Amino acid sequence: MKKDIKKYKPELLKKMLKQMLLIRRFEERAAQAYGLKKIGGFLHLYIGQEAVAAGSIANLDLKTDYVYTAYRDHGHAIACGMDINSLMAELYGKATGCSRGKGGSMHFFDNEKHFMGGNGIVGAHIPLAAGTALKIRYNNEKGVVLCFFGDGAIHQGSFHETLNLTKIWNLPVVFICENNQYGMGTDFRRVSSVDDFSIMGQSYGIPGKQVNGMDILDVYDEVGEAVKRAKTENTPTLLEIKTYRYKGHSMSDPARYRTKEELEEYKNQDPILILKSILLENNVMTEEEFQNLDKGIKEQVKASADFAEQSSEPDLNSLYEDVLV
Amino acid sequence: MAIITYREALRQALEEEMDRDKNVIVMGEEVAQYNGAYKVTKGLLDTFGEKRVIDTPITEEGFTGVAIGAALAGMRPVVEWMTFNFSIQAMDQVFNNAAKMLYMSGGQINVPIVFRGPNGPAEFLGSQHSQALASIYAHFPGLKVVSPATPYDAKGLLKSAIRDDNPVVFMEAELMYSWEGEVPEGEYLIDIGKADLKKDGSDVSLITYGKPLRIVLEAAEQLKKSGVDAEVLDLRSLRPLDEEAVLQTVRKTNRVVIIDESWPVASMASHIGWFISKYAFDDLDAPVELVTSEDVPMPYNHNLELAAQPSVEKIIKAVNTVLYIKEA
Ligand SMILES: Cc1ncc(C[n+]2csc(CCOP(=O)(O)OP(=O)(O)O)c2C)c(N)n1
Ligand SMILES: [Mg+2]
Repeated sequence: MKKDIKKYKPELLKKMLKQMLLIRRFEERAAQAYGLKKIGGFLHLYIGQEAVAAGSIANLDLKTDYVYTAYRDHGHAIACGMDINSLMAELYGKATGCSRGKGGSMHFFDNEKHFMGGNGIVGAHIPLAAGTALKIRYNNEKGVVLCFFGDGAIHQGSFHETLNLTKIWNLPVVFICENNQYGMGTDFRRVSSVDDFSIMGQSYGIPGKQVNGMDILDVYDEVGEAVKRAKTENTPTLLEIKTYRYKGHSMSDPARYRTKEELEEYKNQDPILILKSILLENNVMTEEEFQNLDKGIKEQVKASADFAEQSSEPDLNSLYEDVLV
Repeated sequence: MAIITYREALRQALEEEMDRDKNVIVMGEEVAQYNGAYKVTKGLLDTFGEKRVIDTPITEEGFTGVAIGAALAGMRPVVEWMTFNFSIQAMDQVFNNAAKMLYMSGGQINVPIVFRGPNGPAEFLGSQHSQALASIYAHFPGLKVVSPATPYDAKGLLKSAIRDDNPVVFMEAELMYSWEGEVPEGEYLIDIGKADLKKDGSDVSLITYGKPLRIVLEAAEQLKKSGVDAEVLDLRSLRPLDEEAVLQTVRKTNRVVIIDESWPVASMASHIGWFISKYAFDDLDAPVELVTSEDVPMPYNHNLELAAQPSVEKIIKAVNTVLYIKEA
């Protein structure tokens, strides 16, 4: 698979590879910490899907643009440039966490970096993304809102209501359905009237497209197009990005509803390995540089776990803080 | 008697009622092929087939409404909400349709349906996944609301709920699914609207329902050691409420602590507190105390989340208050 990669700046390619690696190593570490009971509750891992968050968000200027996603939110938070120390500390429930230990895995937030969470109710954040786009349009700002959600969420009324609203009000939103094939244990084909989600835009006069989410350059290009359209024409877009989660839905799910072969098939088109081999083939990076990069990231991730471990628990008085401003 | 889990008790009730009446169907997310997110519907797909055990998309408002439509036309659906947190999306259907259809139609159209699933906090799940919603459901006339705390009650009440000709909201709890208890081999039903006196006592009445029952009994044990003889009343049903049982225990002990894992404002606990002050005012030797969840959304951090909920310590403190015992 030969790609013309001259159109991408080497720094961009390296940055995207680095981000995907960082997401993966961060989550591997989180899974370990979960096994040691440092982290509790739901931990939804993004491993396998890294190209979607990293490739999409690479198109944004987070001074003007915004990101919304659901509870599988570590990858998007990292791609928005959040400090992984604050993310790991949040998983550990510590006061130094990005949500002061009150949110946990599903509720990462960074208002300054325009990462708006981290929502635990399937489909509930989709209208919020449009509302933020309304603000952008109201003030004649340059921004766009990326709204990520799953194949399970696409049947919610909130999705369909919001598509219509963004079209009639010309709101700059890019809807990104991360179709990782399963909503919990349910194969998306079992609960959908159509197999191709991208056509759902048509009912609302919104352009739609399917994208290969294992190839970060495809993701980058297609989201880039949609972002441009949103910023110049105030038109929403629906993208169905086909991807795969390697782990179970959350830590307690053994994922018996799929075959080993299916999992292997996707691991063979691993987004990190694909981009890595493109970079090596095109002499953007050497194997040694890659190994050093990975080593550095592993150290960074370990340091985040140490930071989380050493951070203090939230003060009991904080229980009654943040209820109202 | 057999010792089974709360989960198994629910499963047996579903199986027996589906066997008994072909109009009973089960509907919800992951209930069929996955055997239920918490395995309550385990094996039902194998036994009854996909026509009667139905996996839905993640569309709480939609499938809850569809089930209500089937019920008012004569079926008896059991809707599983993966948790009550997600039922918030279905509340319009429950409150505006299920709860009002009989009344609006002047008694023509009843809605025999059960809405069930785990309610209240488990552990480490954060604000959106740790909500005790009994008070909201109990607010609406036209619904029955039950909240069993033992495998015995779970089975008997679920069977009654399925046979009831009204909409019944049936509240379980994730942490209760593995609790064990005695359940008779043969068939039995428990009347909706009947409280259960769990422990006789003379000094103070501890009134509760649902998951907190366990810590209430624990508190009663500890109180016994310090010479306080607590009575424990498990309401089991919130609507209709067993008002007679409440008044009886108040008249007996003259002191009351109500333990409710909901928030305190406009809650089941505050309602019962008012009810007692209105109808048993002269029997009270102290103002009624409430032990509820703290008036905040649930935090993720475990220390904070434990501090946000009722506990044995908080119950004992409240008992000391109504007994005017100064703590050392
Ligand atoms: C309204 C609502 N219903 C049910 C759930 C429980 N739940 C959490 S994740 C999930 C599956 C969602 O699948 P999908 O949208 O494909 O996202 P993925 O987990 O694959 O990222 C379900 C049913 C929920 N959180 N919110
Ligand atoms: Mg999915």
